[in-house]
Amino acid sequence: MEKSNSKILFALIIFLALFPVVVLNVRAIGHYLDVMIFVGIYSLINLGLSLLMGYAGQISLGHAAFFGLGAYSSGILCTKLSLSPWLAMVAGVCLTALVAYIVGVPSLKLKGHYLAMATLGFGVIVYIFFNEEVALTGGPSGFSDIPGLTIFGLDLNNDLYYYILVWSLVLLTLVFSLNVINSRIGRALRSLHDSEVAANAMGVETSRFKVIIFVLSGAYASIAGSLYTHYVGFLSPSSFDLFLSIKLVMMVVVGGMHNIWGALLGTWLLTFLGNEWLHVFRDFDILVYGAVLLAIVMFLPEGLVGLTPKMRWLWKRS
Amino acid sequence: MGSENFSTFLSVVDLRKSFGGVQALNGLSFTVESGTIKAVIGPNGAGKTTLFNVISGVFPPNTGSIAFDGESIEGKKAGEIARLGVSRTFQNVEVFGRMTVLENVMVGRHIQSRAGIISAGLKLPRMRREERQIREGARDYLKFVGLEHKAGELAGNLPLGEQKLLEIARALATEPKMLLLDEPAGGLNTRETEGLAALIHRILERGITVVLVEHDMNLVMDISDEIVVMNFGEKIAEGKPKEIKNDPVVIEAYLGEEVDYSDL
Repeated sequence: MEKSNSKILFALIIFLALFPVVVLNVRAIGHYLDVMIFVGIYSLINLGLSLLMGYAGQISLGHAAFFGLGAYSSGILCTKLSLSPWLAMVAGVCLTALVAYIVGVPSLKLKGHYLAMATLGFGVIVYIFFNEEVALTGGPSGFSDIPGLTIFGLDLNNDLYYYILVWSLVLLTLVFSLNVINSRIGRALRSLHDSEVAANAMGVETSRFKVIIFVLSGAYASIAGSLYTHYVGFLSPSSFDLFLSIKLVMMVVVGGMHNIWGALLGTWLLTFLGNEWLHVFRDFDILVYGAVLLAIVMFLPEGLVGLTPKMRWLWKRS
Repeated sequence: MGSENFSTFLSVVDLRKSFGGVQALNGLSFTVESGTIKAVIGPNGAGKTTLFNVISGVFPPNTGSIAFDGESIEGKKAGEIARLGVSRTFQNVEVFGRMTVLENVMVGRHIQSRAGIISAGLKLPRMRREERQIREGARDYLKFVGLEHKAGELAGNLPLGEQKLLEIARALATEPKMLLLDEPAGGLNTRETEGLAALIHRILERGITVVLVEHDMNLVMDISDEIVVMNFGEKIAEGKPKEIKNDPVVIEAYLGEEVDYSDL
């Protein structure tokens, strides 16, 4: 890992450690811990999406489906088969990875808008599946009474414990992803993004690497889905619709696509905006989302992390 | 000594490739001897870049065969051909612009390394060692072309001449047996071109066979052992530089029929 990454990682860990201390002692923002758990869950998905979009240059408008597959696998296996939640989580990852592989091999041959449409179509199919397979998924009304997580007999059904669990997994995934980025795999992904023909000439099996990273990002989303299920204890298809897929892509773009830290920043900002700060706009929140996205694409195509070199420049001047 | 010291390394037989109605390669045949420099020249649109694209596996030929180092490679994927020992540069430079100069060459080490996604993500000791080897190897190749002082810069920010050198370093990093250079001198000034000629000789000394497409006739005549002249996808002449220089067919293809300027 590069030095700058270690520094940011260190700062992030300090922030994550202080966050509950501050939040739990200030009553007005006590529920921010709950929001932060959702930030962690979505961050897990967006780390994968950032690898896929920002590094390998392949878009996906179907990641809500992988999130949903993980969530429903955990929900169904734990309630109907009384499987251990951890085993169910692993089973969910395996199933999602398999589905991602089957979907990825043909669709990643497409480029640009066509790939976006193919993944979007996949997301819609899975959403319909969740709605229509009533016997298995409970249909549109979903199903509840999903047990919480325990670890070594410790009940994690407590916001603080769950916060620690979720963010530990995010940090592990983040370190794993950073290692991948700074390896021959990461270089292969970035090279195919810049020039696919040159990457091929260097012996990089571009189609294989696209599929590998698609499957990996699907696996991340599946773990996030399992964590989501056990946290809210209730599942319905509307949590995994097309709008979520779009929102996830938006988070990654707003934060900064070509930088994995951007994915975390965008997830944090948009989740807090959506869950907390946009309530004042009531039903107009979608307009605010649109305005934010438009402003970013027009003025900050590198995303919010693109601001840091500019700020450094201003800092030096003043 | 004599020609028996050389063996046929690349042989192209009756290669044809068309795009819609355009016959880019129209029954082209030639051979390249091991350890030599062969130049492919011809007017714009003669099919030279198409030839490179077919040999390196960007797209397959319609018909015809290509044998490299005793193995038939026509229609194989670019990655497989790279693994067999053919590397290349591009006419319109294709550096990885948002990666550093060193990282570009490190991508060239891709086929010489093997870490998978799991060992990369977990940073297993084996992978760390390999990563160090990739980095050191890449530095050696940067030094070989004289770009080691630019290692940390973004490749997209380099001037064209250095991007061309970077492409050569990246191609060499795959440890090829044969290197295809597509207009390496395009856009270079005289001094840079002289440096390039020296560089190509040093590449040859490493035992790498060189095939180049080039418009700079001084360079071509200076360094090539043999020249193939193409026009409209066909071979119109082949031979040593001296023979090509005086071939009337070649002169006509390049300059058109002789014009008498005295009237102007």
